Amino acid sequence: MKRVASPALWQPPLRGLVLAAQKVPQAALFALMVFSTASLGLGAGVLLLPVVVAAVRKLANRSRRLAHDWSGVTIAQPYRELPEPGPGLAGRWGHCLRLLQDPATLRDTLWTIVDPVIGTVLALLPAALLVYGLEGLVLPFLWDTLVSAGYHDHYAGLIDVSGERGVRTWLMPLFGLGFIWLGLRTGPLLLIAHACFTRKLLGPRIGDELTARVGHLTRTRGAVVDSQAAELRRIERDLHDGAQARLVAMGMNLDAVGQLLDTNPEAARALLLETRESSSKALGELRDLVRGIHPPVLSDRGLGDAVRALALDSPLPVDVAVDLPGRPDAPVESAAYFAVSELLTNAAKHARADRVWIDIRHEREALRISVGDDGCGGATVAAGTGLGGIESRIAAFDGVLSVNSPQGGPTMTTMEIPCALFSPKTSSF
Amino acid sequence: MRIVLAEDLFLLREGLVRLLTAHGFEIAAAVDNGPELLDALVEHRPDVALVDVRLPPTFTDEGLRAAIEARRRIPGLPVLVLSQYVEQLYARELLADGTGGVGYLLKDRVFDSGRFVDAVRRVAAGGSAMDPEVVAKLLRGNARDEPLTRLTPREYEVLGLVAEGRSNAAIAGRLGVSEKVVTKHTSSVFTKLGLAPSDDDNRRVLAVLAYLNS
Repeated sequence: MKRVASPALWQPPLRGLVLAAQKVPQAALFALMVFSTASLGLGAGVLLLPVVVAAVRKLANRSRRLAHDWSGVTIAQPYRELPEPGPGLAGRWGHCLRLLQDPATLRDTLWTIVDPVIGTVLALLPAALLVYGLEGLVLPFLWDTLVSAGYHDHYAGLIDVSGERGVRTWLMPLFGLGFIWLGLRTGPLLLIAHACFTRKLLGPRIGDELTARVGHLTRTRGAVVDSQAAELRRIERDLHDGAQARLVAMGMNLDAVGQLLDTNPEAARALLLETRESSSKALGELRDLVRGIHPPVLSDRGLGDAVRALALDSPLPVDVAVDLPGRPDAPVESAAYFAVSELLTNAAKHARADRVWIDIRHEREALRISVGDDGCGGATVAAGTGLGGIESRIAAFDGVLSVNSPQGGPTMTTMEIPCALFSPKTSSF
Repeated sequence: MRIVLAEDLFLLREGLVRLLTAHGFEIAAAVDNGPELLDALVEHRPDVALVDVRLPPTFTDEGLRAAIEARRRIPGLPVLVLSQYVEQLYARELLADGTGGVGYLLKDRVFDSGRFVDAVRRVAAGGSAMDPEVVAKLLRGNARDEPLTRLTPREYEVLGLVAEGRSNAAIAGRLGVSEKVVTKHTSSVFTKLGLAPSDDDNRRVLAVLAYLNS
């Protein structure tokens, strides 16, 4: 449960009223659910059901949101991701079946009927106590009028409201104040109780959470395998066209040198120089390749210095602030490094920025990296400026990427990758 | 001239020993890991140390750290660091004490034994030898620096060669011009960058590198 700022005294009873008001459409939707499910066989239900389910989910999501905003109770959405409905009646029919097979649909429906019964009591109680308390404050002044009109009541079950005024009449405001105090006092608690009750009904079951988790893992694993396969193909192609080809040429050159050595020493010397040049180029290509696979400075020094090295190589002035007491796991480190590298390239290439700042820290069990620039903005994850690639790469570690880049800039990109830090490898110096 | 050499790959180590002895150097010790390197440097106090960045036991930047630590213990100890790759970050760390006698070269530079041996001698004499790739990166990183944009292409070329640690005579030989022309170019570069003119090759390099690193 998250701490929320304590609201004004009168707010929880009012919020209870808002919640209670929602129970009416909720109960109506229950009736509609039953009706549309029952009429599935008739054909009309096929058109109606998706609409009703969407409405129920909308209302349920509102309740989840209010539980979070008002009581700090977070309720995750348990809905399965469904494929788009196919064409024609068969497609719609299949879609309805899938909706009904989602256990969340049944639980939502249950909520539309159980919550108006029990939830209403929890939601209304504080406001009801206030009203009853007010009655106790007001009644003594209207005593004669009401009694003469034939009004008869037992206030708080104790005070007989009939006959002449007496001491009991003036005890009523005391009781009234007590009820008001109780209403204000229980307001926040009952609001939380209502939120917890909502979570009980609308929150994902452990099984659902596991199913969602497995789905997420399957998707990200697929993406990781794909990108690794693509990476390996690129490395293979680079080696084949680059270093490997150069080595073949060098071997041929050396053979020619052997033949020319006696007959034409000058030509042999020229060929040797060319071969030396070739070997330098091959080394250069291998160096670039290695840098692309795993930059040496990253294994030497870790993320902080590797990003500082990137900053030095960038054509832009880059401010780097690093606060890492240890090193994350190598795969996380590498994903974070390449993400920063990509963002730096974007800042220079697409955003035409003049300055970049990078902040790397470990907070609340997560590696947090912010990269900001003063460029022209307009970057989106979907636009395919490499941000989508970063997102899927860090998703494999349950990392999330958020991009704030209005047209005209500035751009602020934040990554959060849950991970632990390990004490740095100590060198002998 | 006595050398302590640290290189963990046997073939490269033997190759370097052969090359250096052929050029009249004396190998005081040739080791293959970081801790032994530090011991050898402190014991032998060579005229110059040749160090590979990546060494056992950690196989990270063990060699670089050993070199920096050795220079802390023996101030001014000339060190030439060799590596399969160059990082500006490491170049900065080597240059940080501002005393010179530092080199940082790609291992490929050994292919040109004449220039390589020249670099070794330069570092031993308290000069500098920065790899052209480091210098190129430094210049690229300063591409937006206003004074640098005022240099003529030729002056820019001269600046690069100065940053690599070459003397006027060497630059003249490289560009195929007279030493006098080179002197004219270098003093013009120094004026444009607002650096105090210096005839001393070593101090000149340090000034240029400090400028580019700032």
